[in-house]
Amino acid sequence: MRTSLVVDDSRVIRKVARRILEGMGFEVAEASDGLEALSWCQATMPDAILLDWNMPVLNGLDFVRQLRQQPGGHQPVVVFCTVENDKAHVVAALDAGANEYVMKPFDGDIIRGKFAAMGLI
Amino acid sequence: MTPQTLALVRLIVQSRTGVVVDPDREYLILHRLAPVARREGFDSVDALLSAIRTQRDQRLMWAVADGMIPTESAFFRDGTPFNQFRDVLLPSLASSRRSGPIKIWSAGCGTGEEPYSLAMLVDAEQARHMATPVEIYASDLSERCLTKAQAGIYTQADIQRGLPARQLVQHFTKQDAHWHLSASIRRQVRWRRLNLIADLSPIGRFDVIFCRYVLEAFDGPTRKQVLEQLAGVLNPEGYLVLGDTETVLGLTEAFSPVSGQRGVFVRGWQRAMAA
Repeated sequence: MRTSLVVDDSRVIRKVARRILEGMGFEVAEASDGLEALSWCQATMPDAILLDWNMPVLNGLDFVRQLRQQPGGHQPVVVFCTVENDKAHVVAALDAGANEYVMKPFDGDIIRGKFAAMGLI
Repeated sequence: MTPQTLALVRLIVQSRTGVVVDPDREYLILHRLAPVARREGFDSVDALLSAIRTQRDQRLMWAVADGMIPTESAFFRDGTPFNQFRDVLLPSLASSRRSGPIKIWSAGCGTGEEPYSLAMLVDAEQARHMATPVEIYASDLSERCLTKAQAGIYTQADIQRGLPARQLVQHFTKQDAHWHLSASIRRQVRWRRLNLIADLSPIGRFDVIFCRYVLEAFDGPTRKQVLEQLAGVLNPEGYLVLGDTETVLGLTEAFSPVSGQRGVFVRGWQRAMAA
């Protein structure tokens, strides 16, 4: 079974995302900030990461930069999922190493479409 | 809505567009016609249809038909057909092309996502290596769809469905709450209002016809008629691309499926075997 990590400081968003990803056949883990997510990845690198931007401790952009420096850190498909909806943020996310970008509000069809396009389902 | 009113809507729409309105989906009729009624200055859908019944106003009837045409669309819808176009159809046509452009037609283009997706792919292929010129034509019967398509302005919800983030940043700018497609991509598409159940022979000939999720709105005889018209304007070595759930089988022998290329069809049977 493919694994995914949902990184968001909102418990509600994590719950919604978990339900969508489990519906797509993923085993889902959760982290509430970038640092916790890095710890997860050091233990077990997931196949996909759904990543918020604005979080305490370590934000999404710094997380993905650090992730891509780690051994095996190039492997997960990273999809930002954030309220940041201007072009400069999308560019910064892709430059930092993200693969895709979703703007909140999102739904299952949007996530499914992005994951399908990345070959994850 | 009375059975007589429902029958009137079905008659208006099918006689003008070929689109069959499902009588069991009254909510859909009301949902689609409510904005038409508002635009035309009526208090309700019933008032609009009542006026049509008494006045027989052709313009209002076309407004109803336009409102009922399915318009669902998305950038790179279903993914695979666009990969097939880039990786199989386009190289095949380019390698055999001695002169003149490859001509592509997006038939029933809705609000423009399909022809613009093709234009973005062609743009990338030409930037990489492809020297053969490509012309992209797009048509729809709906005026309101064509108006939106030509503007190339999309909502956040529109650009989230199917459009890869890299294409978004390469080809779009954000102004206020909307995403505007670059002029260079918009200029690649030529638009035309066209009814697929009318005579298509004057429109020229094409090398690839995308006609995805359009036929499903028609009844069997109309699908057959449209497919045979499409065969008439497709070049002998050309390709027809249908929606994932659509086929020609059982409808016409004007096309046959290409083995290994789901949703792709060629004219006649012999070429399909060799493709």
